[in-house]
Amino acid sequence: MLPFRRAAAQPLSRRRFLVVSGAAGAGLTLAFHIPGAAAAGPAASAAPAAVSPFNAYLTVAPDGTVTVLSAHLDMGQGIYSGIATLVAEELDADPVAVRVEGAAGNPALYGNVAWGGAAQGTGGSTAMTSSFERYRRAGATARAMLVAAAAAEWKVPAAEVTVASGAVTHPSGRRAGFGDLAAAAAALPVPEDVPLKPPGAWTLIGTEAFRRVDSRAKATGRQIFTIDLSLPGMLTAVIARPPLFGATVASVDDAAARAVKGVVAVVPISRGVAVIARDTAAALKGREALTVEWDRSAAETRGSDALMAEYRRLAAQPPTAVAERRGDPDSAFAGAARTIEASYEFPFLAHAALEPLDAVARRDGDVVEVWGGHQIPDLYQALAARAAGVTPDKVRLHVMMTGGGFGRRAVADGDVVVEAVECARAIDWQAPVKVLWTREDDMTGGRYRPMYLHTVRAALDAAGNPVAWKHRIVGQSILAGTPFEGMVRDGVDVTSVEGVSNTPYTLPNLLVELTTTKTGVPVLWWRSVGHTHTAYVMETMIDELAAAAGRDPVEYRRALLRDHPRHRAVLDLAAEKAGWGDPLPAGRFRGVAVHESFHTYVAQVAEIAMDERGGFRVERVVCAVDCGIAVNPDQIRAQVEGGVGFGLGAVLHSQITLTDGVVDQGNFDTYRVLRMDEMPAVEVHIVPSAEPPTGIGEPGVPPIGPAVANALAAATGRRVRVLPFDRAESA
Amino acid sequence: MRLTVNGRDHEVDADPDTPLLWVLRDRLGLTGTKFGCGMAQCGACTVHMDGTPVRACSTPLAAAEGVRITTIEGIEGKVADAVVQAWVALDVPQCGYCQSGQVMAAAALLAENPRPSDTDIDAAMSGNICRCATYQRIRAGIHEAARLLEA
Repeated sequence: MLPFRRAAAQPLSRRRFLVVSGAAGAGLTLAFHIPGAAAAGPAASAAPAAVSPFNAYLTVAPDGTVTVLSAHLDMGQGIYSGIATLVAEELDADPVAVRVEGAAGNPALYGNVAWGGAAQGTGGSTAMTSSFERYRRAGATARAMLVAAAAAEWKVPAAEVTVASGAVTHPSGRRAGFGDLAAAAAALPVPEDVPLKPPGAWTLIGTEAFRRVDSRAKATGRQIFTIDLSLPGMLTAVIARPPLFGATVASVDDAAARAVKGVVAVVPISRGVAVIARDTAAALKGREALTVEWDRSAAETRGSDALMAEYRRLAAQPPTAVAERRGDPDSAFAGAARTIEASYEFPFLAHAALEPLDAVARRDGDVVEVWGGHQIPDLYQALAARAAGVTPDKVRLHVMMTGGGFGRRAVADGDVVVEAVECARAIDWQAPVKVLWTREDDMTGGRYRPMYLHTVRAALDAAGNPVAWKHRIVGQSILAGTPFEGMVRDGVDVTSVEGVSNTPYTLPNLLVELTTTKTGVPVLWWRSVGHTHTAYVMETMIDELAAAAGRDPVEYRRALLRDHPRHRAVLDLAAEKAGWGDPLPAGRFRGVAVHESFHTYVAQVAEIAMDERGGFRVERVVCAVDCGIAVNPDQIRAQVEGGVGFGLGAVLHSQITLTDGVVDQGNFDTYRVLRMDEMPAVEVHIVPSAEPPTGIGEPGVPPIGPAVANALAAATGRRVRVLPFDRAESA
Repeated sequence: MRLTVNGRDHEVDADPDTPLLWVLRDRLGLTGTKFGCGMAQCGACTVHMDGTPVRACSTPLAAAEGVRITTIEGIEGKVADAVVQAWVALDVPQCGYCQSGQVMAAAALLAENPRPSDTDIDAAMSGNICRCATYQRIRAGIHEAARLLEA
């Protein structure tokens, strides 16, 4: 969800980031700079040359159970299982004896390698990229140390000791479990440069052998999420929040709320008024009884229709930045055989993860602890410290298994984390406090995928090939005004234009312009970020050009992707598996899309069935994916299946609208998402690859919208350019 | 108020309009039943009342008196075992937050209809939202559980 790329170690604004010189050879490390907070993140001290994997990346219990300490948050994408696979592979552990827990508080150990390594975080589909080397090395090093411990104890050469499925053995018949050797192993010197298994020796990576570590707990209700935590004396808080973005508390009448049985305190916090009670029901009742007058003088009072009207007006004005320029588009347009123009409108979208935002905070001695779905732990540690009035070293984060995220748990101001700390502090740390957002709090609370307007003009030559392309994107910046603002370069927030400015299609004359807008509606990355809208525009426009040229959509794309073999390979594979070109039953139509995001290539062929009333159902989606080495093929399939469903619900149904600044949707009755009866049959085919692993949490999302739109165009000739489809149908 | 949950009787001091969900979670510590929407839109809080799936978030305590309430922690028997076995075999869950409700809804479906069609599954399961969209594996899991039950 975070827009970082592997090359993210680019210069960052010194105003917002504290850049410190790291250890020799470690290059620059960076830490978040939060005004008013003590410096967080790594000190300038060097990490040890070789880190012991014990207690850093794994622990071994006396019974041999291996607990892997994950640098990455698992919000469903399965990275705990992915990281466990890497460790188990090199450790030769028994897969069923591997557990995973979240870790935090040590950027030197857990910094995201794909972001330059200095800050811990999960996002931008980087977790496997960041972990692939680190956790294999941890497993291999731990294995070598266990072997050395066995060899020492048995007084045999280490080369004669073997490890398999969690057992350490010697031909003499000696045998020990990991638990028998771990203490001795951890005390040994840490070997450097332990060799990793060659791919040909893998028995878990790339196979179906390592299953998810959490399926049984989740199928039996035993998995503990943040919302399920119960600490002695814990109180629950809900917060009365402003009815408009930017409104602030003017006055509070809390007499009725305090009179509700179970309500313990009503306290103002930075984001509203917290009602703190003995349990959730009492907190909710107390909030209902609370009267808050809001100061609306600085609030956003425009509706989404007014904002879109403004965006249309801005699209005709000069842009605020140029994101990409190739060749000479103006001349190319002048000489074109024909031009095609289209404009597209995308709504705000809510993440609507099913576990509502929540966090638990308490002070224990002089340490402040915060439990939550911490997606950017080092940042949250610093923010929690500031809110608690302590130094970051006095904050301890507990990273919990999390009920969905889709980007919503990676927020620059650490919203629910800070709220929990503020609530606990407001009652003088007398009890742990759990802050819970209701569905309505979440749906109306902002941080949406921004609303966007695209206008596109494409010029074709006489043969129907695109010779020029002018593209304007109008919408809010996700990064502006956050600690990540340094990533905005020359006025271009890459998250607004990614997927267009770096289009792989052969477009010799290309102009991509950006008009960055400002509204009072808070925005955020939403699973696959800019690609949520850019892939839709690029892939439906290309389809339209193919139709205008009288060419087959797959063949047309192949020709324009001639320098992009990985795009072509997934396109070819999806087309082959879908039977592209084969006749379909009456009323069935296909559409195709191909898109790279987060260094992963995905093509999808959607097959729809039209009904008598002009409606349709998506019946089947055939996907091909190239994400480099497929560490857990079944989890790759699962992410793409889920990505298709997540993206399909959004393009068909989902939108956040505002009337006079007030969000119109409050719950799943009005914010529609995909349900069982609309889920197509999804097939996922993985391209074999020896490239390093790339993202998989997000890349399945972008192609589904345009693939379906292209199928609908094939069926009806109608091009849906205002999303969601529901809205286009009612318009 | 007197509640019978998972075969045990509980005396609960709460207003009769308190949603059953919060009594189960906050008073009885049965956190497998999840809060997702609070208005019977998502199914994360699905429990059984006398074997019928209901949404605990929208069931007032008063309506839960005198009936047998079963939560994910207490569901047992051949059908529940088959559902869990199928869910694990197919690695159905992603974030897993909705899965207690999915399992409860699936078990209720299979108890009534041992060989549900895709249409039956759509009808029985469309009240249960999965934001990770694991629907395909939920569907396959129900078919697999049906197969296990038949075997």
